[in-house]
Amino acid sequence: MTGANSFQVSGYGPARAGWTRLLARDSLARRLDWPILFSALALSMIGSVLVFSATRNRTEINQGDPYYFLIRHLMNTGIGFALMIGVVWVGHRTLRTAVPLLYGASVFLILLVLTPLGSTVNGAHSWIVLGGGFSLQPSEFVKITIILGMAMLLAARVDAGDKPYPDHRTVLQALGLAAVPMLIVMLMPDLGSVMVMVIIVLGLLLASGASNRWVFGLLGAGTLGAVAVWQLGVLDEYQIARFAAFANPSLDPAGVGYNTNQARIAIGSGGLTGSGLFHGSQTTGQFVPEQQTDFVFTVAGEELGFVGAGLIIVLLGIVLWRACRIARETTELYGTIVAAGIVAWFAFQAFENIGMTLGIMPVTGLPLPFVSYGGSSMFSVWVAVGLLQSIKVQRPMSA
Amino acid sequence: MTNIPETGRTPRVQIRLVVIQILVLSLLGTLGGRLWYLQIREGDAYAKEASGNHVQQVVEPAVRGSILDARGVPLADNETRLVVSASRTDLLKMKDDGKAVLAKLAKVLGMPAKDVLLKVRLCDAKTPQPCWNGSPYQPIPITDEATPKQALQIRERAEDFPGITAEPEAVRRYAAPGKSNTAQVLGYLSPVTDEEITKAQDTDSPYLRSDQVGRSGLERQYDKALRGKAGVTRYEVDNLGRVIGQAEADEAQPGANLVTSIDARVQRVAEYELNDAMKIARTQFDKITGENYKADSGAVVVMEAKTGRIVAMASAPTYDPNVWVGGISAKDYKKLTGKNSDYPLLNRAIQGQSAPGSTFKVVSTAAALEAGYEWDGGYPCTSSYSVGGQVFKNFEGESFGPISLGRALEVSCDTVFYGLADREWKKDGGINPKKGEPKDYFYKTAHQFGLGKPTGIDLPNEVTGRVPDRQWKQDYWKANKDSWCKTGKKDGTYVEKIAYENCLEGNKMREGDSINYSIGQGDTLVTPIQEAKIYGALANGGTMYEPTIGKAIVSADGRTVQEIKPKAVGRLPIDQASLKGMDTALEGVVTRGTAAWKFGGWPQDKIPLHAKTGTAEVYGKQTTSWLATYSKDYTVIMTIAQAGTGSGASGEAVRSIYNALYGVSDDGTINKKNALLPTPEKSLPKIRTDGTIKSPKIAKDPAKDQRASQQSAPEPNETQPAATVNTPTAGNRDTRRRRRKRGSRRMLT
Repeated sequence: MTGANSFQVSGYGPARAGWTRLLARDSLARRLDWPILFSALALSMIGSVLVFSATRNRTEINQGDPYYFLIRHLMNTGIGFALMIGVVWVGHRTLRTAVPLLYGASVFLILLVLTPLGSTVNGAHSWIVLGGGFSLQPSEFVKITIILGMAMLLAARVDAGDKPYPDHRTVLQALGLAAVPMLIVMLMPDLGSVMVMVIIVLGLLLASGASNRWVFGLLGAGTLGAVAVWQLGVLDEYQIARFAAFANPSLDPAGVGYNTNQARIAIGSGGLTGSGLFHGSQTTGQFVPEQQTDFVFTVAGEELGFVGAGLIIVLLGIVLWRACRIARETTELYGTIVAAGIVAWFAFQAFENIGMTLGIMPVTGLPLPFVSYGGSSMFSVWVAVGLLQSIKVQRPMSA
Repeated sequence: MTNIPETGRTPRVQIRLVVIQILVLSLLGTLGGRLWYLQIREGDAYAKEASGNHVQQVVEPAVRGSILDARGVPLADNETRLVVSASRTDLLKMKDDGKAVLAKLAKVLGMPAKDVLLKVRLCDAKTPQPCWNGSPYQPIPITDEATPKQALQIRERAEDFPGITAEPEAVRRYAAPGKSNTAQVLGYLSPVTDEEITKAQDTDSPYLRSDQVGRSGLERQYDKALRGKAGVTRYEVDNLGRVIGQAEADEAQPGANLVTSIDARVQRVAEYELNDAMKIARTQFDKITGENYKADSGAVVVMEAKTGRIVAMASAPTYDPNVWVGGISAKDYKKLTGKNSDYPLLNRAIQGQSAPGSTFKVVSTAAALEAGYEWDGGYPCTSSYSVGGQVFKNFEGESFGPISLGRALEVSCDTVFYGLADREWKKDGGINPKKGEPKDYFYKTAHQFGLGKPTGIDLPNEVTGRVPDRQWKQDYWKANKDSWCKTGKKDGTYVEKIAYENCLEGNKMREGDSINYSIGQGDTLVTPIQEAKIYGALANGGTMYEPTIGKAIVSADGRTVQEIKPKAVGRLPIDQASLKGMDTALEGVVTRGTAAWKFGGWPQDKIPLHAKTGTAEVYGKQTTSWLATYSKDYTVIMTIAQAGTGSGASGEAVRSIYNALYGVSDDGTINKKNALLPTPEKSLPKIRTDGTIKSPKIAKDPAKDQRASQQSAPEPNETQPAATVNTPTAGNRDTRRRRRKRGSRRMLT
């Protein structure tokens, strides 16, 4: 491994194009994680088809253009892809230095949501409508900010070689850093995102090598917090109803249980090979609400069947598996923590999203990474892919 | 490479990463497993649920076929009414579930807003009427009596009335052409019940929620043909019930039309005359009970003698079948079926039964012949007949000396039949019959005449009547002996004494039973339609026909015509010579016998009439009158309960019916112009190429016209020979009535 060569392909060297260089043993192309890239792209493409299927007839939201959502989903994917390239180009290490800026910006944005500028969708006050059909969900970006910020703090002294593991002070600082935006998101209230963030924080702490006490302490605190939230009535009525419906789906089949029931009917009716793309009666009949976003998996379940829906799970599995490998194989704790944070994020969000359509998790408004329609989510997951690629292709800093 | 920090690779971190990896994999595995469970293991169940979710049926009801008379005049058809309906799915899309629209609609229709709201709610176990028990995807009718102005208001302001339609729709109508009512023959419709839907689910003619089903009469008998097949369009709908595609559509097939043998004009005349006869009877004084006749019910049948086709069938009291249209109100329903009603739904021509009285003597005559008695044998017609201390008298004690069977039939001599029946009873072994089969000619002949079983007329719920033979006595005794033996007293009241006797030997054929039976009294029960079958056979030379009302089923497009052919079901057990003798005897009844006083002036040489009168005793009630008559082509049977004697109560009425059929005036002149149906209608009405059936105009009230023409007959110089019927002779103007004797046994009938 010669450092000079790698620097060139990282983008700093002279632009000497050519197949030889592209296919050289240590070239960027060789070192990129292609399975992740391929899977993420495939998921986005599948997502675009499913989003199209779910929205082509919904004249009341697609403004009369059946391709409205398809085009936007593809655009989002394109922008996300570009963001990924940008992240790889800049490199996750360089981004570390930008954490204060990113942190400040995302906290500002989520604070903005709490002002009258924000809007409420499905009970969660977590959107900033930009106009022209675009809106922003800053909590998606907060996830990245928390990952980068906490990883920076937790890894700083370890990577510097001062300590084998982050000490208590560092952990406290890191938790404090995460707590501020999480509290704000909780006020929106966007409970689903908070849950994802808690899991991310747990993943980050685990990967950082922080003392077991912190890990279990946080788990305990999380449980206590959940009980407290339940008991103290912090939750809105709709959130309690969702949980109740999850516990007993037949409770109110026309009301809260309706989503889950219809979702399960849609998926269940798909069978092995599904009813065929655009032929799902549940989908065409719009029996499942929020089908292009939170319940997009039901389209796959109904129209593509076990084969198609299983493929989505397998592709997600490839992304997560490769991400785990990246976390384990990178040499720097910073990269390990970032990769592990992304694994925790993707894994939990995918499990929660698919799990709620399958009726094994309560309903929360979380998108399925890559597949669900939604710009903010799409951008952030592709940024995350960029971070993973950057960690993969990284070469150690020449000290 | 020592300067390369391996900070991410400490064992603790590595182990934790493996833990994370395992956790992640198990989460994904859980999803995969759950997905397999839902889609593969439970997939079929969910698929079923999904299809129930998004397919909805819209039913386009088939237009029910008409019921027409023999000339094509509609007796039951459909009229176009302006029906205002509300679509629930449209209403529910509105913010207030359409309440405002319905309130507006109520104002236009002039109905209370509350009533309209109640009408559109869906029925369930807890919701009382009014409510909608059809499919929620079906437009719900608010009213079928909208005026054109109201309909226009709704249609012109469609934007004010989203989900409301005002459309002309076919509604059943019982047109009552020429004031004919025909209620019990036509029957009625009512909505299909849940049970019927379930039961008919897997047959080739399943019911739909919105179906009206024939409940009685022809509507029920020919329901399947008349109903047609509703068109069903299965739409795929979305979550709000909006149609997103059309899955399949079966076109509605309109029901077939039923051409009957009823002639609306004759029907009207029959109904009018029956009613009139009953009204007159109520003004007559009954010497036995010491009050006027009640004449509470009656029936008349006019049948083609050579085919068994029914030309008219009326039952009184009657009702207006239109009360069923659009759902019957609770009040009306109670009036028709309640305890205090006079049960006008009963078709007494096929469901009313009573002892036949002397009209039964044609059976007894045939029985005597079968038993080997000579037609011309001299049978003593004494004034009374004594048996073991009981005296059975002839009516008013008249005697005719030894006479033939024919003469006995003509003068309705009870004692002749008493004697014959008594001899047969003794031959069979008396109260304890000989071992082996007793001959029982009198009972066997009754069965051969088709009594004791339904005639098979194409109307539902016909009753069987009863032949009180040994088997019946045995069965009846078995069923009742406990109560008889409990209440019976040897020296008690009349009823108690009878119960006592019945308890002792009610299972046996007693001498008095057989004697009573021979003149149509006692436990024998016949229906008017059974009498029509018998007297029709006497008219046509001995062939018994299954009575029919349906003549042809004509498909709505007129292309297929399924004729209902007359069906001969047997012959009277009488040889031709005796038949001739009976024919002559029954003619004698009209010319000089018990019916003669009502048929004075009848052109008997042109239109020979035959008749037998009957007066049946009913315990605790006034006597039932019977008049069975026939001409060459028709048989007319009329019976009125609690109205006295056969000729007395029904003579004029039956004559008026013949007058109408043949165009006869009171003075006996025949005016073909006034004849409604001098020969039976043989052909079917003309069917136009489009399938509609040509129907002739019908007078406003043929009965009134008939009455008028009957009186204002053209004066003499149109020389119609005057009546060949003699002026009635006193003393024989009535059917024999047997006075109630001590010890005579009668059941309530």
